[in-house]
Amino acid sequence: MKHTISILVENNAGVLARISGLFARRGYNIHSLAVGVTDNDKISRITIVAEGSDYTLEQIEKQLNKLIDVIKVRSLPADKLLARELVLVKVCCKPAERSELIDIAEITTAKISDVSQETMTLELSGNQYNIATFEELLRPYKIIEIVRTGTVAMQKGSEGLRV
Amino acid sequence: MSHRITVAEALVKCLEAEGISTIFGYPGAAICPFYDKLADSKIKHILVRHEANAGHAASGFARLSGKPAVCVATSGPGATNLITAIATAYMDSIPIVAITGQVSTEQIGRDVFQEADITGATEPFVKHSYLIKNAELVPEIVKKAFYIAGSGRPGPVLLDIPYDIQQQFIDFKYPENVEINSYRPTYEGNKLQIKRAAEAIKTAKKPLICAGGGLFTANARDLVQSIAEKANIPVICTMMGVSLMPSDHPLFLGMVGMHGCSAANCAISECDLLILLGARVGDRAVTAIKERDDFKVIHIDIDPAEIGKNLPVNIPVVGDLKAVLAQLSEIIEKCDNTEWVKKCRSERICLTATENENKIGLNPAAFLEKLSNLLPEKCVVSADVGQNQIWTASCLKLNGGRFITSGGMGTMGYSVPAAIGAKSAAPDAEVIAICGDGSFQMQFMELATMIQHGINVKVIVMANNRLGMVREVQANNYENKLVAVFLDGSPDFVKLADAYGIKGEYVNNISEAETALKNLINSDKPYILQVKVDENEKSIL
Repeated sequence: MKHTISILVENNAGVLARISGLFARRGYNIHSLAVGVTDNDKISRITIVAEGSDYTLEQIEKQLNKLIDVIKVRSLPADKLLARELVLVKVCCKPAERSELIDIAEITTAKISDVSQETMTLELSGNQYNIATFEELLRPYKIIEIVRTGTVAMQKGSEGLRV
Repeated sequence: MSHRITVAEALVKCLEAEGISTIFGYPGAAICPFYDKLADSKIKHILVRHEANAGHAASGFARLSGKPAVCVATSGPGATNLITAIATAYMDSIPIVAITGQVSTEQIGRDVFQEADITGATEPFVKHSYLIKNAELVPEIVKKAFYIAGSGRPGPVLLDIPYDIQQQFIDFKYPENVEINSYRPTYEGNKLQIKRAAEAIKTAKKPLICAGGGLFTANARDLVQSIAEKANIPVICTMMGVSLMPSDHPLFLGMVGMHGCSAANCAISECDLLILLGARVGDRAVTAIKERDDFKVIHIDIDPAEIGKNLPVNIPVVGDLKAVLAQLSEIIEKCDNTEWVKKCRSERICLTATENENKIGLNPAAFLEKLSNLLPEKCVVSADVGQNQIWTASCLKLNGGRFITSGGMGTMGYSVPAAIGAKSAAPDAEVIAICGDGSFQMQFMELATMIQHGINVKVIVMANNRLGMVREVQANNYENKLVAVFLDGSPDFVKLADAYGIKGEYVNNISEAETALKNLINSDKPYILQVKVDENEKSIL
């Protein structure tokens, strides 16, 4: 089962290495990982999507909490999950094909971020499902390059994860 | 008041402020600024003969003093040699602060001479570590290091300090207190959970206490005994818990586990309530009960991550054992478990000290019985790893003394340096290291340390010219195909000790044991016994 875990950490050197090291040596599988600073520049927020049983999830949370730099750990409930990824896709695009791609962008709410004589780069943020569908739609055009971030997520509703 | 001094001097002042009287170390170029200032301090520096032993000695010191102890090494190989000691301390939750020199900040990452990424290399084995790049933060970081190492579930903390940082001038003021937002160990137990525990103890027909090394950390030996006595509960211990209760105590059954005694193992497989105290249910300790689902488990530990990790728990209590047991002892009621205690006690077998005619040397159990009888109350026995460890942990009877060993990591070469550390922390105690002829050859360089610094540690080498434990595994599980377990080429250990100016003697049979042990204990200088043991002696007695 997939779990989305939010971690608030002290923004210290080596903190990411400690966390990824913990996952590696205890055999927890990381599906995706995203890191960024919060509104307090001394605190970063890490979102990890990990695979494992409920026992594994409990162990991950407890072991993370033991790390000195970890301030808070929360496993986000699946039914209240607000999760987004960002993808950039550069595809082959002759001038004649542009209108087709503009249509796709409109339907999928993607943005056209860059255009050249031969290519077009589209940008979409969405959940995993949206992004997978988007990729499928672009596959008939030759994909030159694709880059996807890890999931960032928070809980829906009024509750917030803060220090 | 603050004044400007170098970081090196500040470090020494930090250690003084922490009440550190003795440190164990081995210098090198990258840590020279610190040593230069250490020379002006009253802190005693004990020069070991290998950096790993500085770590083990600090571990032995910390176990006896109950406070974080310090070891020091230089950058690169000095630091990497410390890794085994750091990992050993981590597995046994021993508070040590390891200080390593590092190459200058502008050289880090360039693979310069004696550069090693020691914070990276030790990351899995430390409670926390710092690579210090800001000189001004040194006093605060050192304060944090001692706080982290010694509080909560103790463990090793590494301070890696670049050469140029050590030479920088800072305004020195040692903080009195330190707060770490992200680190707040739980000390008080949850009252409701403790009440549930007391009720479970009251209704249990066959309760059993399994006590581990956490009881020494929490300094809660007396509380366990008084709770056991009040509620009439038998007690077993893990290897890390050996010596926490007097061996002669009527409620004490012995050590549990793969190498434990039958009384303890029978009790754990029959109990209907298992009370785990500061024990992490390691695989060598508690295997028999994992299949059972007909009993309840109370687990009291300061580390929430240990609860439910290796064994499902009915009543978890997170907190400091001393605090929780004090709370528990207030509400616990007198219980009548007479039949159960009687049954447990009936399984206690006195290991008979019979000599096998076909074997050479002496029976280790008989030898350890003689040692037990001669030991003064105030004593520390440091066992190494291998058959000697199992024999000592299961046969030695300690009534008031302290047993130490590398329980979790099983690090060979631990006993002598740990004994050196223990003796430094408890100079009045009789301190004896027991090792095999394999493990002794990993640490005998420390005989020089004992002589140089006048540390009166006694050493017993159980010699069978084999790596006995591995030999036993090969005999039992590999159709007696013995590979790489012969120690031919080993020196005469008494002669070797003599080369260091240490007296010693041979014990070839049990009739020689008593006199030899008396000589060992009565000596006011280091002393060594080379004890002949048959290779066929089993570790499971």
